[in-house]
Amino acid sequence: MYPDEFDYYEADSVAEAIELLEEHAMAETELLAGGHSLLPAMKTGLSSPEILIDIGDVPELQGVSVEDDTLKIGAMTRYSDLVDAEAAHEYAPALTAAVEQVGDRQVRNRGTMGGNLAHADPASDLPGAALATDVTLVTEGPDGERRVPADEFFFGMYATDLGPSEILTGLEVPADDDAIGAYAKKPSPSSGYAMVGVAASLTVEDGTVSSARIGANGVMDHGVRLDPVEEALTGESLDDDTIEAAAGRATDDLDEAMMMDDLQASGEFRAQLLEVYTERALQAARDEVAAPPAAD
Amino acid sequence: MTEHEITLTVNGTEHDLEVESRTLLVHALREELGYTGTNVGCESSLCGACTVRLDGDAVKSCTTLAVQADGAEVETVEGLAEGGEFHPIQQTFQEEHGLQCGYCTPGMMMSATDLLAENPDPSREEIREGLEGNICRCTGYQNIVNAVESAAEELSDGAVPDGGAVRWPADDQDGEA
Repeated sequence: MYPDEFDYYEADSVAEAIELLEEHAMAETELLAGGHSLLPAMKTGLSSPEILIDIGDVPELQGVSVEDDTLKIGAMTRYSDLVDAEAAHEYAPALTAAVEQVGDRQVRNRGTMGGNLAHADPASDLPGAALATDVTLVTEGPDGERRVPADEFFFGMYATDLGPSEILTGLEVPADDDAIGAYAKKPSPSSGYAMVGVAASLTVEDGTVSSARIGANGVMDHGVRLDPVEEALTGESLDDDTIEAAAGRATDDLDEAMMMDDLQASGEFRAQLLEVYTERALQAARDEVAAPPAAD
Repeated sequence: MTEHEITLTVNGTEHDLEVESRTLLVHALREELGYTGTNVGCESSLCGACTVRLDGDAVKSCTTLAVQADGAEVETVEGLAEGGEFHPIQQTFQEEHGLQCGYCTPGMMMSATDLLAENPDPSREEIREGLEGNICRCTGYQNIVNAVESAAEELSDGAVPDGGAVRWPADDQDGEA
């Protein structure tokens, strides 16, 4: 399978990439990151851009650092580099847990954090985790820089707040070293994408949940917060009964008629999976408090 | 631009070549440079038959453009043996009967060498997870895991403890593949 013909440009900086996007604004143009969503779509003919602008190796978009209580992740940081960054495990455990379950070893060696989120595949593992870890998405375009909370970033299937000449440059996560988190996923047996995936990020003080952010992907046409579950947890202890009752509210705010419904799973089945996987994500997060994993 | 002059260093040999924008790395390797050891399988990033190492990392060469690899070091299955001697991973795939039809084998070995470079002493579970991006349609996973486990032992102490005898799945009580 060959992609259709296209022109390829490699940008050496964000400024150059924005210039190229503006220069080719009249053509069908795509940004190329790791290419692990775009290239398969091009090979099957689902996408036929005339121009690709490769930002995968732009130096200013790489790497993980902690500055002023903020975990900063360059948009072109590859999944495997995030998983190798100790700071990511410490400050964004739910996000890191989700990244560990993306694709397979080879995919994690090439795919990027920013490429994933900008693509906004509802069945990917990251939208729910980005919502749960309160990620701020940093974008840059001809009109300068913007900071968009994850809650306002995902609009629908493959649709985000990014403008046509804007580039997602990085993610910022509040560096809360008390946060515990987990991700529980029911993968499609064939593709490995999430039929349902739930990310839970919690802060527990003196045995009581002081804050809870729960995000899910695979269920609706974009990543969603599970507000009723968060409300049911806040102020409670993380015992089995609380977890079960909270997980039972996972679908309360979601319209089952709008749930993803395909050959792999009906909307009704996804609604059931969402409760089960919410419970599993919460149990996994709770078990992390009981026995913090040894660093490896 | 639709045509690009690129440089690929494959198994230590530098090649300058001209490729189209849309040329996939696997096609540049096989059709332009003659490294046909790398197989094309599903062509959709799922099966891992086309796995090569790009600057040391196992990647699916059917999901990488040749232009993206410009300037990179590529290692294919042809680069494993040295001076006519098998690499330990090749030796143990032979000894443990880690292949049936052989189609997935080059990709399996390239993923396995990447895994062992990062984790020289993996558990059987870690070997399975490390190879989850490689599918064996003969389903011969038990012996593939045996081969990688055995290669890890050989790479760490230079000896194969059981003399390379074929172990059958019966010794693998957990039964997972």
